[in-house]
Amino acid sequence: MAEQKLVATTGNALVAEAFRQIRPDVVAAYPITPQSSIVEDIAKHVASGRVHTNYVTTESEHSAMSACIGASAAGARVATATCGPGLAMMWEMLYIASGMRLPIVMANTNRALSAPINIHCDHSDVMGARDSSWITLFAETAQEAYDNTIMAVRIAEHPDVLLPVMSCLDGFITTHAVDRACMLDDETVAEFVGEYVPVNALLDTENPSSHGNFSGLGGLYFEFKAQQRAAMARASSVVAEVGERFAAISGRSFGMVEGWGMEDAETAIVVIGSSAGNVRHVARQLRAKGQKVGVLKIRCFRPFPVEEIRSALRGLKAIAVLDRSDSFGAEGGPLYLEIRSALYDLQERPPVVNYVYGLGGADVKLDLIERVYSDLSGIAVDAVEPAPLTYLGIR
Amino acid sequence: MKWDISRAGEWKAKDFPIACVIPTVGNSDDYDVGGWRSERPVREDDVCTQCLLCWIFCPDSSVVLDGEKVVAFDYEHCKGCGICAKECPTNPKFGRKAIEMISEGCELPGVK
Repeated sequence: MAEQKLVATTGNALVAEAFRQIRPDVVAAYPITPQSSIVEDIAKHVASGRVHTNYVTTESEHSAMSACIGASAAGARVATATCGPGLAMMWEMLYIASGMRLPIVMANTNRALSAPINIHCDHSDVMGARDSSWITLFAETAQEAYDNTIMAVRIAEHPDVLLPVMSCLDGFITTHAVDRACMLDDETVAEFVGEYVPVNALLDTENPSSHGNFSGLGGLYFEFKAQQRAAMARASSVVAEVGERFAAISGRSFGMVEGWGMEDAETAIVVIGSSAGNVRHVARQLRAKGQKVGVLKIRCFRPFPVEEIRSALRGLKAIAVLDRSDSFGAEGGPLYLEIRSALYDLQERPPVVNYVYGLGGADVKLDLIERVYSDLSGIAVDAVEPAPLTYLGIR
Repeated sequence: MKWDISRAGEWKAKDFPIACVIPTVGNSDDYDVGGWRSERPVREDDVCTQCLLCWIFCPDSSVVLDGEKVVAFDYEHCKGCGICAKECPTNPKFGRKAIEMISEGCELPGVK
């Protein structure tokens, strides 16, 4: 295991450090709160010669992702960062990056979408991009944001995958709060991510190729989408394998889902991102009082770890899914819908309820989490009728 | 090496090159796109000054030269954009251009 440096810094500073250590050839980005300090730090690292990256400033996120796509197709290792409205503005290009099978790595500092205008955390931005064929990792802490960013490079560039990866951390909560984290040394990270060997690089003039070709009339578009689905399916084992390799150098384990107390839990909360810490804190207190509660944190959302979720939640008496975004008009939030779908094939399906929480950075206090566990214990003994959807902590 | 797509009709999804990348160059020559035309350029050899502007400007390399003289258009690849006719200078001796765009009819030369 490599020697590590213990630092106290923000999630954004750590992500920028990770970007410096993976040494991208090109970073094309546009600053947006709360992502700004990531790209500011990268710009500083470049200006001071700490990394020899071609840093491209663009006039919008649409252009930023376009520049990333061009650079990646040319054969460069490419990284960028955005969030919320910036991610929304990249929409068209997200699909082009994945459709062209370009292993771009992007940090997304989850931010709500306007209106009303809001700069704080929720997952509406990334959940809107969930179908864009980007591998999607979530961090609970600054440490996980750092780790995920480094792992993202190996996952994206793996020859079985070749898909872009979005590494998400919660806006302000994880991006701006000072947290304790361990950093690997530069050589270890460089060795871990390895030399990038691009496929079909446009600048490989010995082997010329044509990118961005039209595939509209003959129906072949469909075949290329099938290839993307197959690549995403293969990504499951690659994510797990890269997680194991990273654990070997860092001593920090990585699971597509990470359970706490799930071995003998009767009720559990499923959660993504920074709120997992609050939920675990409450679960620990309830455990001390003898309640068999568990926490299931989703760290990899795409590919969706259906098997892991199924085996973790099988046999529970009641489950609550916390969604930090809503799918207006649907039965519930996006995570809830997918968890319920994952459990459908079980012989005995546990009751699953949905709580939409923390939209636009609304506070998730411990008493709200206690309320969810209390609802679950009522549902588990049939004393409480499961409510299909609750806006947690709404006035 | 030329990319062999002669059996592409039998390919399954996994057989297509990743990301719709064409792993070779020059294959546009294999495709007959002359049928896209609604107008076709025709050239009067007597009027032509052999300035070669049409050959320089043609975006589809469809002006055929023999040595340094224009001899024909490649109607399998000419899409009828009309740039050659636009760039063709008026010959003062004749008071007109050598290249003119005429409507495509039913007799499409060499076009399936």
